[in-house]
Amino acid sequence: MMDGSSPTHTDPASKPAIDPDRIRWILATDCGSTTTKAILIEKVGNEYRQTQRGEAPTTVEEPFADVTVGVVNALTEIGELAGRRFIDDAGNIIRPATETEGCDIYISTSSAGGGLQMMVAGVVAQMTAASAKRAALGAGAIVMDTIAANDKRKPHEQIQRIRELRPDMVLISGGTDGGNTHQVIQIAELIAPAKPRPRFGGEYHLPIIFAGNRDAAPRIREIFRDGFDLAVVDNLRPVLEQENLGPARDKIHDVFLEHVMAHAPGYDKLISWADAPIMPTPGAVGDILQRIAERDRINAVGVDIGGATTDVFSVFGGVFNRTVSANLGMSYSISNVCAEATMPKVLRWVHLDMDERELRNRVKNKMIRPTTIPQTLEALVFEQAVSREALRLAYLQHKEFATTLKGVQQQRTVGDLFAQGSASHSIVDNMKLDLLVASGGVLSHAPRMEQTAAMLIDAFEPEGFTTLAKDSIFMMPHLGVLASVHPRAAMEVFERDCLILLGTCIAAKGHGRPGKPCFAYRFTPSVGAALAGEMHVGDLKLIRLTEGQTAEAEIVPDRHFDVGAGPGKPVRRTIRGGTVGIILDARGRPLELPEDRADCRARMTRWVADLELYP
Amino acid sequence: MAKAYTPGLKVTARTLHRVRRSLPVAGEVTVRVGDRVEATQVVARTYTDGEIMPVNLANLLGVPAGDVPALMLKRAGDEVRAGETVARSRGIFGMMRKDAVSPSGGTIESISEATGQMILRGPQQPVEVLAYMPGRVIDVLPREGALIENEVMLVQGIFGIGGEAFGPIRMACDRPDMRLEASMITTEMRGAVVVGGARMTADAIRRAKEVGASAVISGGIDDQDLRDFLGYDLGVAITGSERVGLTFIITEGFGDIAMATRTHDLLASHVGQEASVNGSTQIRAGVLRPEIMVALGDGAERAGAHRVETGGELSIGTAVRVIRDPHFGRIGAVTALPHEPAVLGSGSKARVLEVRLEGGESVVVPRANVELIEE
Repeated sequence: MMDGSSPTHTDPASKPAIDPDRIRWILATDCGSTTTKAILIEKVGNEYRQTQRGEAPTTVEEPFADVTVGVVNALTEIGELAGRRFIDDAGNIIRPATETEGCDIYISTSSAGGGLQMMVAGVVAQMTAASAKRAALGAGAIVMDTIAANDKRKPHEQIQRIRELRPDMVLISGGTDGGNTHQVIQIAELIAPAKPRPRFGGEYHLPIIFAGNRDAAPRIREIFRDGFDLAVVDNLRPVLEQENLGPARDKIHDVFLEHVMAHAPGYDKLISWADAPIMPTPGAVGDILQRIAERDRINAVGVDIGGATTDVFSVFGGVFNRTVSANLGMSYSISNVCAEATMPKVLRWVHLDMDERELRNRVKNKMIRPTTIPQTLEALVFEQAVSREALRLAYLQHKEFATTLKGVQQQRTVGDLFAQGSASHSIVDNMKLDLLVASGGVLSHAPRMEQTAAMLIDAFEPEGFTTLAKDSIFMMPHLGVLASVHPRAAMEVFERDCLILLGTCIAAKGHGRPGKPCFAYRFTPSVGAALAGEMHVGDLKLIRLTEGQTAEAEIVPDRHFDVGAGPGKPVRRTIRGGTVGIILDARGRPLELPEDRADCRARMTRWVADLELYP
Repeated sequence: MAKAYTPGLKVTARTLHRVRRSLPVAGEVTVRVGDRVEATQVVARTYTDGEIMPVNLANLLGVPAGDVPALMLKRAGDEVRAGETVARSRGIFGMMRKDAVSPSGGTIESISEATGQMILRGPQQPVEVLAYMPGRVIDVLPREGALIENEVMLVQGIFGIGGEAFGPIRMACDRPDMRLEASMITTEMRGAVVVGGARMTADAIRRAKEVGASAVISGGIDDQDLRDFLGYDLGVAITGSERVGLTFIITEGFGDIAMATRTHDLLASHVGQEASVNGSTQIRAGVLRPEIMVALGDGAERAGAHRVETGGELSIGTAVRVIRDPHFGRIGAVTALPHEPAVLGSGSKARVLEVRLEGGESVVVPRANVELIEE
């Protein structure tokens, strides 16, 4: 075990301001549920590069019960790889850096112990409760349940549910400022006597954040006077047409640090070490994606598919949204994916002959032994088929959720509000999507990058021109926090080391009879000869264009198809190559596969060959 | 010698085992350190808060919320019966008064002038915690529960349904590779922990439930049968709270798979003895596996028993079970642990090991796809 904090390890707020130009060595960790991942960023010449990575088992649970043990182990591994000492004999991070040892900045994210788990409540499910959910998700929380006056449950069912949950904190919203206080107080009167039990045991006073009608605050204070830790912040819906998530989100981060993290073993020390507040892992991913989208003025979607859950992040027109699809994952939740999607839907993506009964048993075996990996090609093909469905369902949920604007400046009409919940009003528009970033085991560790690209295209169905990339070693959380203390380093590493460009997908939206013309293409690469041809409905084609190369693309769609400028209208663009290249997709949008299993297999077999997916 | 760490399930003839039995909320502990307890003995009890029910009195009386407190015939803290009048409106000149009656019995917790709601709390619910395992109380957690220790035979399964159950062990299958059929379940197995062999069929589980068996243990189950029995498709492996009439545990996995011979032999060696069984499974961080245990004696009196931890080091000669296709369920011994990653049939690169399977065949398997068979 290590000593407490050394004189150099103080609260981030009281540390001297960092001079970005003098920073050479940056260490970052992400403390996950099972693994603590560390990266080293160095100033090489005049630019920042990620140079080493290390990992160690997370040590929040017994026998260690101190997260910093895993952090020190991961940093020690990095030190050995880099030939530089980062940890002193007392087990502390050496700072400031000298010529031979130590680092200048240390930052961390955390999702250990199940991450930040919240319950949210509001008066109307589609309005204040939805805003509360957005605030919680945006802050990186897992929303365990959303309670609303109109959620179709009877009060005693809601109470029963509240009693079953063990949240880290509760966010309550409801009512516009100056409006009726009755309903939001009614919700609070349900929650307080139900006495939701916090995860961290009896001594812990459950934090409640109230972000509703300010006129209700005095009564809310009375209701939560005993046994709770109440914080009142600005209303997240001060008027009906406005959403103001910032104060609630900031308070969630504060409470996460002050209460949740402080109760997790070793976090007091970790907090004292870090130069920026410890962020929930998904919150940091969202931050870096927003920065990139803002800087490059693009629309972007990021996905992280894990064993239990799938996170989807999007930025469209500057509006950020995040969803967590609990129970859509590739190991713990694989059985749930098959149950939700149905097995015939999963098997659409399989070109091999497989026995359904046998597959069902395999799925359950993966669920009960989640750390196993596919050994045979058949097992890999099946897992990648499941992943397409998990991603498709997670994206569908995201599109249905990402319907509203964030931020007080952005106004909507009351008419828009009542229309929300309909998929047609989603702000996610695949035709406007510029960048799709993949992370998570099944996408990151696919033996061929073509497989990663194919999973993304089949699940997300991008339209028009979309750059495909993957997060090389899931560095986005680290860079999200780094961006708050050293934006330049974060951006440089994001560009040079974080993203691996797979290439560009060009897909036509619309439908036609198989074999009929879909679009004509002409590419003039920066190096090499021009290439032209025609795609027919149902075709997929892979054209190699290596990383670093660009090409001038001209696509002329048939009058029934659209590649971004409208049906039949040509589009010219500069596109980027990557480890895969250019994928031309003339299968149509929305993507429809034959119902008949034999027809579907035949078509999949052709597409597998077209994209050189498997040996 | 090359070594690597890999997880495993406990299958042990004798181990010193400790269970922590605690209440969900503070209460009374009914045992003392040093007490000997039986599996079904209560070691702690408490009462949890009763159900709460909001009653909108303002609506019932047809008055503004702020008027409700003044119209109450009962106060916060009063007990009321179902149907009892709790508030009465003033009416018009004392006429046409409306009564609000309590929909159920309980105690009035609060009356809100902001919403006109009365919060009614039902009677407290008793909660008891059993010892679960016969043994000796080695520590008392004040107002919470107790630690109980004993030497036990312990078999961890891979997946189970249903919670804690008790009963004598009865063998339904003579061999571990025999499928557990309904015809093997007899009426004498009422209240027993029935041990099968390979896959348990849906009919066998139904029959076991019919005869009133306490639990069924076998090597595998077909997913389709599990779904038919539960009535739904299980999405995630978090179980234990099902109320399906009995507890069942599979020791190996889903599909046609024989119980490991050692597991079968061990269970067979305790026929007639009382077993404690728990089907609860939780496969997330902090893994919980189902278990079958038989108490052997007082731990303090025995020497040589030791606490076993799950997982351990893989080395040449270690007995392992392959836990993924194409060799799923096969058992063998490690013959090589190459350091360098190898390319698998899937095209992925992973660290592997070589296993000589029972029957003599040698195969290469990813390290992630084996588990230790623990002594």
